[in-house]
Amino acid sequence: MSLFRKKEKEIKPHKEIDIQKEIKNAGKEESLWIKCSSCQELLYRKEVERNQHVCLKCLYHFPITVENRITLTFDEGTFSELFNNIEPVDFLKFKDTKSYKTRLEETQESLKKKDAMICGRGKINRIEVVAAIFDFSFMGGSLGSVVGEKITRTLEEGASTKTPVILFCSSGGARMQEGIISLMQMSKVSGAIYRLKSLGIPYLTVLTDPTLGGVTASMAMLGDIIIAEPKAMIGFAGPRVIKETIKEELPPGFQRAEYLLDHGMIDMISPRKELKQCLHRILSLIT
Amino acid sequence: MRYYLDFEKKLEPLERRMLEIERFYGVNDPRYAKEIAALSKRISKLEKEIYGDLTNWHRLQVSRHLDRPHTLDYIGNIFTGFTEFHGDRKFKDDPALVAGFASYEDISFAVVGQQKGKNVREMAYRNFGMAHPDGYRKAVRVMDMANRWGKPIITFIDTPGAFPGVGAEERGQAEAIASSILFMFSLSVPVITVVIGEGGSGGALAIGVGNKILMLENATYSVISPEGCAAILWRDGSKGSLAADALKPTSHDLHKLKVIDEVIKEPFGGAHRDWQQTFSNIREPLSRHLKELMGFSQDELKQQRYDKFRNMGIFQDKN
Repeated sequence: MSLFRKKEKEIKPHKEIDIQKEIKNAGKEESLWIKCSSCQELLYRKEVERNQHVCLKCLYHFPITVENRITLTFDEGTFSELFNNIEPVDFLKFKDTKSYKTRLEETQESLKKKDAMICGRGKINRIEVVAAIFDFSFMGGSLGSVVGEKITRTLEEGASTKTPVILFCSSGGARMQEGIISLMQMSKVSGAIYRLKSLGIPYLTVLTDPTLGGVTASMAMLGDIIIAEPKAMIGFAGPRVIKETIKEELPPGFQRAEYLLDHGMIDMISPRKELKQCLHRILSLIT
Repeated sequence: MRYYLDFEKKLEPLERRMLEIERFYGVNDPRYAKEIAALSKRISKLEKEIYGDLTNWHRLQVSRHLDRPHTLDYIGNIFTGFTEFHGDRKFKDDPALVAGFASYEDISFAVVGQQKGKNVREMAYRNFGMAHPDGYRKAVRVMDMANRWGKPIITFIDTPGAFPGVGAEERGQAEAIASSILFMFSLSVPVITVVIGEGGSGGALAIGVGNKILMLENATYSVISPEGCAAILWRDGSKGSLAADALKPTSHDLHKLKVIDEVIKEPFGGAHRDWQQTFSNIREPLSRHLKELMGFSQDELKQQRYDKFRNMGIFQDKN
């Protein structure tokens, strides 16, 4: 009898799933399903997570959290965070449908993070590097004062300790809410990259989906060696803007990592599963 | 024919009549003395009304004004012996960005700037001042020569932004801009940037890493066009005037934020109302800054430029 009851209980949750609702919610945090933004396939979230957030059908690489990125890239327990006490300020008193201040507070509250950048020092198969990692979940990984300052300090840390620097990009571009100051972060970081390069220290960039706008047009494309994840969207202008400007259909695969590789804009594409090995191989050859 | 923006339209009939009298009878014709006096009184009163307190949105219109002098006008009227150099030696010559050498007060230097057009034909030829990667690569080529020959560099910024197109992306628009920014940090000669009209985002910054950044009073410099910003944040491209207020892209805003070094005054109403006055307003600060920078050593110039940009950013450091 008890065995029968147990079975009934197990079946129950499945009956309650409203497929229509699930499809509508696909991709949202709470949904069991996730929609691939490349092949549009509806996928079981758990399965995607087990596959290192890679689409099972088309191998599209979903954006992942910074924590996941750290686990995937660095030797266990070697990553120590740097410069974690820098916080954003709404110095323009910027207000669109919401004020920047409120937007910041809400995002900080829900994500328990201060801004869209995590920096630190860690080891990749025992090779020491300093790294800066964009957090796409925080306001689209947009480049503002905090992000710019943290990357700059990371580059300076690399320069002063003669350690290679790796930048992991995923960003929609400059943070509009910080106006001209966000644009100036492009030059500030580029200045620090110039200094690092002059010292003969390698600077590597890993471009993940998406890397756009001011981030691409400065730090991302300045990598000595540029690695991209499969199918990552990488570009200066967004596809919608280009379409509206030229009023033509865009070529298939436009602005995807494979397209950029074909056009000589990046060095290689590395699937997430092999990225750590790939970084290690490069580092062991150049350091 | 003068071009009038919507909010300037009231001036049109008065100024047209004034021009008519000047042209057909001359300003000294006694028969029209009374009318001229009355007209100029009304014009200056209207000017004060219209230009007395420009909103950010109006300034943006002024910075894009069709009659506003563009890069080649400044070069032709302020400098002498301008010789344009063409091509990036890689793909093509980009007419949206002009580069060459010129001289001013016995100093010869490189000059680089985006060029918009005056009429429909030139605008199309210049691609409205929106450069392709080839334009930025040409800029780097010319700046590199100046650097090796120890010549200062003057850059003029006037662009809605770098061109967003398929070819531009394929040839590496982002890489070209990034490389130009990086390259400017390596320069050991004085670099002066003047924002003369529209400073549109990365396409402007690509030639904007100067030791000194000067800006005309009605010019704007922004991370994104207010229309583009409105389309994203308000989901309504027509909310541009709200975005223009929020983005704070005017010369006075930028001076307060310490992004630029000096605001250059424009004639009342804007540079388009009096070109000669605009040119003469630029001459003095340009030669003053140039002379100051020429007293710096090569290392000092690099260091000063690095520090200038290193210090840009507003945040709370709780360490």
